[in-house]
Amino acid sequence: MKKLFALLLVVFSFTTFASAAEEKGGTFKPGDMITHHIGDDYTWHFADGLVLNLPVILYGENGLDVFSAGNFYNENHEVVPYKGYVMDHGHIYYADAQGNPRTEMVEGKEKHVGPLDLSITKNVASLFLSAILLIGVFFTIAGRYKKTEGRAPYGIQSFFEPIILFVRDEIARPNIGPKYERYVPYLLTIFFFIWFNNLLGLMPGGANLTGNIAVTLILALFTLIITLASSNKNYWAHIFKTPGVPIPLLLIMVPIELVGILTKPFSLMVRLFANITAGHIIILSLFSLIFIFESIAVGPISVAFAIFMNFLELFVALLQAYVFTLLSSMYFGGAVEEHDHVDDMGHGDGSHGLNTPVAAH
Amino acid sequence: MELVTPGIGLIFWQTITFLLVLFLLSKFAWKPIMTALRERESSIENALSMAEKAKLEMQALKAGNEKLLAEARAERDRILKEASEASNQMIEAAKAKAGEESNRMIAQAREAVTNEKRAAIAEIKNLAGNLSVEIAEQLLKRELKDATAQQQLVSDYMKEVTLN
Repeated sequence: MKKLFALLLVVFSFTTFASAAEEKGGTFKPGDMITHHIGDDYTWHFADGLVLNLPVILYGENGLDVFSAGNFYNENHEVVPYKGYVMDHGHIYYADAQGNPRTEMVEGKEKHVGPLDLSITKNVASLFLSAILLIGVFFTIAGRYKKTEGRAPYGIQSFFEPIILFVRDEIARPNIGPKYERYVPYLLTIFFFIWFNNLLGLMPGGANLTGNIAVTLILALFTLIITLASSNKNYWAHIFKTPGVPIPLLLIMVPIELVGILTKPFSLMVRLFANITAGHIIILSLFSLIFIFESIAVGPISVAFAIFMNFLELFVALLQAYVFTLLSSMYFGGAVEEHDHVDDMGHGDGSHGLNTPVAAH
Repeated sequence: MELVTPGIGLIFWQTITFLLVLFLLSKFAWKPIMTALRERESSIENALSMAEKAKLEMQALKAGNEKLLAEARAERDRILKEASEASNQMIEAAKAKAGEESNRMIAQAREAVTNEKRAAIAEIKNLAGNLSVEIAEQLLKRELKDATAQQQLVSDYMKEVTLN
């Protein structure tokens, strides 16, 4: 099964690369190819000839427009304007008379203008797929618990149960404290959401969803909102009047602590985005080597390294889901923590979510 | 720069989809799963504590049994001891009684023998007296057939008798 998977990966990657090279008219630009692969797209390019045109949804000066992304390509696979819109470098803009993106002067700079783009892009389609997968898997498991109540788990249920218990007992409980139970559903959801999407991104033809800053931004934003919504007065007291800090120092400390509120989710956002994107870039770069050297001899080495990287990425997929969940639970723990009455100046009791240094991956 | 610029479309869909997934999973997946896990944990906990309790009860029962057994053993020993004492006593008493009885019988026998002997002696004495009287009669009859001899005898007696 693993071998088959690796083989498929290699085959699919090769076909897509070959096509990428062909599209550029013989000259292979690894940078463009990689950017194209880790970026978003209006079509889902599984393999050469196996392309899914996704719906484009636009709202702007022409009202609401919904059409297939296939309309932007003619029979020769060239990009053409459609209905007054033009696709340029993965974005849709209003087309001018010549079929080029319309520009506008904004603050002395020339800028393309386009409608509000709510298209079902490759990433959105992948997001829907993962949502269906998540709901399907966990509804099945929940059904099993009802069906075989009080009996031993089996099948998919016994695969996921230890992971669910791990999130509850090893991530939520020790980091949040006695009020952990109401955060468990959110933590489980982000854990499995990130993990599933990381894995889907590693599939041949998969979209780089968790390596997209918009997705990680929203995930981090949810963590921030929940942290702030559940914060108690100790949390704010810690920010505005850190215990044991002299008053003049507070002038420096308060802005730092306030910025700290935002840097925590920001680090969450960047960490997940960078890790997943970096993994994709490395694998793509390894394959690019074959085309850069234009030698079949490089092939086995590239493939060997890429397979190794792929297994590493399978691990990173889980690790990043864990890290995101763990850090989220630590932030929640910091927000709901009751004052511990330990004369440690608010530091150094080890379990202090706000001040626990965590090695960023 | 393109890579780190979040797209509006994806932000929109991600927010909606994630909220939907979060809501659906929380309500229809995590809630029943967590409840089931908690129930199972508590039932395991209960089962374990009940097993522990049963073990303790078993131990108590075993201890009780042993106590009963020990009591029964002690009772048996006591009964055996009493029985053997009683039998000893009975044997002793029987022995004593038998001794007494035999002594008594010996004494009776001895007495009887003594009495018999005395009676026999008395009878012998009588018999001897009678015999001697008869012999003396016979002798006298023969001796005193003549008057002279009778005279002689009377005179002898007379001589012998002293009037004092």
